[in-house]
Amino acid sequence: MSINHEPTAEQVKEQRLYLQMGMTEGEYTRAEEMLGRTPNYTETGLFSAMWSEHCSYKSSKSVLRKFPTEGARVLQGPGEGAGIVDIGDNQAAVFKMESHNSPSAIEPFIGAATGAGGIIRDVFSMGARPVALVNSLRFGDLTDPRDKFLFEEAVAGIASYGNAMGIPTVAGEVQFDQCYSKRPLVNAMAVGLLNHEDIQKGLAAGVGNTVLYAGATTGRDGIHGATMSSSEVSIEEENELPVMQAGDPFIEKLLMEACLELVKSDALIGIQDMGAAGLTSSAAEMASKAGYGVEMNLNLVPQREENMTAYEMMLSESQERMLIVVKKGREEEVIQLFTKYGINAVAIGRVTDDKMLRLLHKGEIVAEVSADLLAEDAPSYQKESKEPASFAENQAMENEEPQVADLKDTLLDLLQRPTIASKEWVYNQFDTGARTSTVLAPGASAGIIRVRGTNKGIAMTADCNSRFIYLDPETGGKIAVAEAARNLVCSGAEPIALTDCLNFGSPDKPEVFWQLEKSADGISEACRKLNAPVIGGNVSLSNEVNGVPIYPTPTIGLVGLVHDLKHVTTPGLKQAGDAIYVIGQTATEFGGSELQQMVEGKIFGKSPAIDLDTEVKRQNQLLEAIQQGLIQSAADLSEGGFAVALCEKAFAADGLGVDVTVEGSAVTALFSESQSRFLVTVKPEQVAAFEQNVEDAVKIGTVTDGEQLVIKDAEGTVLLEGTVEEFHAAWKGAIPCLLNSEG
Amino acid sequence: MTKVTIYVTLRESVVDPQGIATTDALQKMGFEEVTSVRVGKLIELEMDGSEQTIETRVKEMCDNLLINKVIEDYRFEVGEVASR
Amino acid sequence: MKFAVLVFPGLTCDLDMYHAVEETVKQEVEYVWHTEADKLDQFDAVLLPTGTSYGNYLRPGALAKSSPACQELQKFADSGKLVLGVGNGFHILVEAGILPGGFLRNNSLKFRSAEEKLQVENTDTAFTKDYAKGQTITLPVASEFGNYYADEATVEELKNSNRIIFTYADENLDGSTAAIAGITNEKGNVLGMMPLPERAVEELIGGTDGAPLFHSILNNWSEKHVN
Repeated sequence: MSINHEPTAEQVKEQRLYLQMGMTEGEYTRAEEMLGRTPNYTETGLFSAMWSEHCSYKSSKSVLRKFPTEGARVLQGPGEGAGIVDIGDNQAAVFKMESHNSPSAIEPFIGAATGAGGIIRDVFSMGARPVALVNSLRFGDLTDPRDKFLFEEAVAGIASYGNAMGIPTVAGEVQFDQCYSKRPLVNAMAVGLLNHEDIQKGLAAGVGNTVLYAGATTGRDGIHGATMSSSEVSIEEENELPVMQAGDPFIEKLLMEACLELVKSDALIGIQDMGAAGLTSSAAEMASKAGYGVEMNLNLVPQREENMTAYEMMLSESQERMLIVVKKGREEEVIQLFTKYGINAVAIGRVTDDKMLRLLHKGEIVAEVSADLLAEDAPSYQKESKEPASFAENQAMENEEPQVADLKDTLLDLLQRPTIASKEWVYNQFDTGARTSTVLAPGASAGIIRVRGTNKGIAMTADCNSRFIYLDPETGGKIAVAEAARNLVCSGAEPIALTDCLNFGSPDKPEVFWQLEKSADGISEACRKLNAPVIGGNVSLSNEVNGVPIYPTPTIGLVGLVHDLKHVTTPGLKQAGDAIYVIGQTATEFGGSELQQMVEGKIFGKSPAIDLDTEVKRQNQLLEAIQQGLIQSAADLSEGGFAVALCEKAFAADGLGVDVTVEGSAVTALFSESQSRFLVTVKPEQVAAFEQNVEDAVKIGTVTDGEQLVIKDAEGTVLLEGTVEEFHAAWKGAIPCLLNSEG
Repeated sequence: MTKVTIYVTLRESVVDPQGIATTDALQKMGFEEVTSVRVGKLIELEMDGSEQTIETRVKEMCDNLLINKVIEDYRFEVGEVASR
Repeated sequence: MKFAVLVFPGLTCDLDMYHAVEETVKQEVEYVWHTEADKLDQFDAVLLPTGTSYGNYLRPGALAKSSPACQELQKFADSGKLVLGVGNGFHILVEAGILPGGFLRNNSLKFRSAEEKLQVENTDTAFTKDYAKGQTITLPVASEFGNYYADEATVEELKNSNRIIFTYADENLDGSTAAIAGITNEKGNVLGMMPLPERAVEELIGGTDGAPLFHSILNNWSEKHVN
């Protein structure tokens, strides 16, 4: 797409060319009024990118304001490349999660790979060394060839980038549901570490300071990625899709090392990734945040293709590029630093005092717009919100057990559900041990990285049960945060802060906007109760295929602190003779459960209830018990309920089994997805101390020698038994089996 | 300017995991007539020089970097670059 | 004893190797950037880490040949001092012609990260003296190109000269010729292996079966440098 004869400002207006750029009539008029003249083609492009949902949060701002963003540990909240929390000893953890859903729906390998690449840049642009990756993935059913392809390629893409960067992937989750068919969710999170004095911000400050461009060249790839990511993808229109931006992890690795050396230099003023909306967003945001202006000569931008226009350069989303502001007179040493790493860095502009983003190309001023107007003055919409009729209907339903013929067959079927089955096929493609600091790798409840030179660890997890949120967004929002926290607590970590990816359908649908609002209410309340503020995140709206929105999926990326690595606890059974306890009560709660979906082929009714005070109490008591050394193994109860969690504890052990007794209705006891529950094992000699510490714990059985799984009812009748191996084989083989099957 | 196209293939005796998987996939998709697939690489060079020196230089490039002779074979074609 | 960790552009897992030396033999260790490889002669052993270098473009290890460090490495190997290349380091040694063979994509066609049981086939080397003969050890692997290939004649020669140092003891999932996991050069001073001993030197991160390899290197050096 080479535009040699650009439309004039008048043509843009008359022919309403802004519509193709994703701007509405009203937005264009607003831009024209605030600018005080008709914007030319390039300027219209700047507005369209900066005022896209991706960059401006125009539809979601009112929702994002709900989140608690402050806390004693917070050093940087939302608004920068990534959030930062204090972890003691003058160190901090830097992290953020971001979606790359639209690109992944079109070209899953490249889309997922560049998603990982982008979030890694966000973290090192803050001055932090990225030390771990986490991902949260959603796909349609693996029986559909396109969904199978999307799954295989997206996983390989994420793996390729993270592995080539030498950053271990230590945690993640993958779930499957028809609602994500052809519209996968690829949410990638990066976690970094730094010392407080190395914190960087994306600021273009100090009149006369130099603006440097560093990294890969600019091509025509990804033009309008930011606007595209805010719209629905139609597979039928593939031919008209813009060129995808491909990733180059080799360049990124060199760029990262150079930037991490640069942050130690006092020549550096500010640094920002050219992510969504590339050069436009980085320049406008850096100027606006600092209260200055930026003038750039686009002739100097390193270009990959010939005859690129200002419009194309400004809106390109070529990967692996950074915008850097350095002190005047220090350019050469910074350029030398980049050259040492084989990275091209050039001066392309300077900081001004007039708060304008001014672009020169071929000797002419091609755009001149206030940086604040682009970065701050996007319209903000209070979208219409409406409770869907289905909500009241679902709430009115009684909690009932799905009809189950045989308990053992049901358990075997559940273990083979892709959402529950072993994800080894996925995480074996990730280099989980790079950097030799991975204490807990994928397969445990959370990932844990040690902090070298200390006895501390950083724990991380990503979670979201979108079925609960679909049935009851507020309750489901609370559950998403609580479940993430449970995963950290089980592993021996104290939750400290979170990032989120709000993946929803179109905000123009009042029912979707209602889901967004309500789930944000639930998330916010859980964050407050659990004392884990939101320090950054990302919004991905219009995740729809053929007008049908995905289930609301506000993915939670939670980070915790392990105060002493000896607290690290794993799910696997440890020793025969240990007592098995369930912490928490089980009720008949199957709305949105895996069993309901499996048996009924759909979800309905009330989502499981959650009481956050009880949740917090149980988490605190369990964490204390872990810290006191009273817990041998711990896991939370999530998809599939008690029986699945019990199996997974046995799968992670070697040559051990369980003999347990459950109360009440067998189906409820085994498969209900009631919240705030844990399954732990305790050494016999510590049983008394444990029971004193953890109020809601009930002893249900013992870890046994020999790999037998036995579940009895209160009368001693065996409800279900089998070898650990037969359950393990079903669980482990399910995903490879689905992938190898034809169709 | 001359354009050189180098075709890299795995040596006959080397098992090609990509080829086997692709054969299998094609057959599963109904292309039963496919009996063997070998996946190789295509390298395109644009270079200066006379026809004779180009042959020698390309061979050197292949032997020294572009090809690992333990596992790969190659052949190449020399042609003119279409003027732009 | 002084170790060099040789760093090519884009190399990812130099840190793993560096820390393994600190953790196990606690000797002097230094990163050497590839353009400074002319100072390798100041070191007693060169370590080539795993991960990715040059983006693993063209073939993993191939583009390292464009660096002058490759000639320096050859010189160092010729001098008889020890060179250990793991993962990508093994790829580089093979591409540089210091070790025989080549690498293909894994049979699974995917990057594979897992723990593998290995048979220590030869304990009479500078790298494996601290292992017991016939010992089975567990080390992590992490590569998309772990599938070692050598033709029949080469394998015969490797076998006859006891240069196959490690083999996969359970399953040979990546498809390596003769289940080869690690080999040495003729002199026995250069070891290339796909499994990663530097990632198995602490209980905290998953085992210590890699530690004896580093101790063997130090002991071998110490024997030759009494006083």
